[in-house]
Amino acid sequence: MSIYAYVVAGALVLLGGIGIARSRDLVHTVVCLSVAQSGTYVLLLAIGYQNGAPAPVFGSTTKPTTNVVDPVVQALNLTDIVVSATVTALLLALAIRVARTHGTVDPDQLTSLEG
Amino acid sequence: MSRPLRWCVLGVGVAGVGLVMVLAFLRMPAFGSSYHPYRDAAVPAAVAHGTANVVGSVTFDQRGIDTLGEEAIFFGSVLAVSVLLRPADDEEVRSEEGSLAPLQSTRLFGYLLLPLTLLVGLDIVAHGHVTPGGGFQGGIMLATALHLVYVAGRYRSLEQLRPMPLFDSGEAAGVAAFAALGFAGMAAAGSFLANFLPKGTFGQLFSAGTVPLFNVAVGLAVGSGGIVMLGKFFEQVFTVSQDEGRHGESTAS
Repeated sequence: MSIYAYVVAGALVLLGGIGIARSRDLVHTVVCLSVAQSGTYVLLLAIGYQNGAPAPVFGSTTKPTTNVVDPVVQALNLTDIVVSATVTALLLALAIRVARTHGTVDPDQLTSLEG
Repeated sequence: MSRPLRWCVLGVGVAGVGLVMVLAFLRMPAFGSSYHPYRDAAVPAAVAHGTANVVGSVTFDQRGIDTLGEEAIFFGSVLAVSVLLRPADDEEVRSEEGSLAPLQSTRLFGYLLLPLTLLVGLDIVAHGHVTPGGGFQGGIMLATALHLVYVAGRYRSLEQLRPMPLFDSGEAAGVAAFAALGFAGMAAAGSFLANFLPKGTFGQLFSAGTVPLFNVAVGLAVGSGGIVMLGKFFEQVFTVSQDEGRHGESTAS
């Protein structure tokens, strides 16, 4: 049972990849990439998790001596989310450009390179 | 490549990668175990610098150079979206809009939530070093708050509330402030992005040295950048190609 969370992460990455390969619409492709990237969030958080440990923010209830979940992977996760959001925005902008230039967003019908 | 052949290649690839992943997962530390060497190093370092939010300390103090890179990625992406979505030679932006007014309840909801979201966003930026939150999260909330005007009202009222040149420079100023804080650390403490300010009392608003300043810089950059980026996407609705006709009866070109 201990690898269950890791398997969920791996499954999300693979399902996102399958979605990208089968995609018939560039917007759908971008959403599939987001699904694949969310697998990396689950993996990072699963690595940092400890049973019963509180969040790594100290205050009146969590003293600095308690064992918290790993803050380093959470900070990596923050970077991951920001980069994922910017990549999504960039790819959607490219999809808009492709739609305006070629009149289609089906990757199978995009055969030529045009500026 | 034909579609059936593509699915065969895909099936082989997915099965292979899946197998390798499971083999790797079987040899990883058990889920939920107490073995966390990074945690054991990061928490004392954060407490030594008086930062109650350890994630904030890792992001802006211990791993500041990575976050500077992340800021640069965000800045570059906003820039690239602006360049990609600018009107081409045969396109123009028209500020027409439909006559559909939103529901009264939607308007009320939007106008009630606008000040609330702004306030929560500012609070998340300001207390990023003592509570969960920080510049990235708060900045996105601030950008979202402004767009409640669009949900509740009309695009034109959003345009009036949104002086684009101001937010363009706001984003640049945020990124520049981040780098300037880094160089200030170099001048005051001898290393780039060093936490050179007094650390204050642990868990209080004035604590953690430079971390709250980094949060404000990032909040400014992300909030302004988010508004600029969403603005470019909004503009697309009103961009019409000249050979497409007035209401965009699109004919594949």
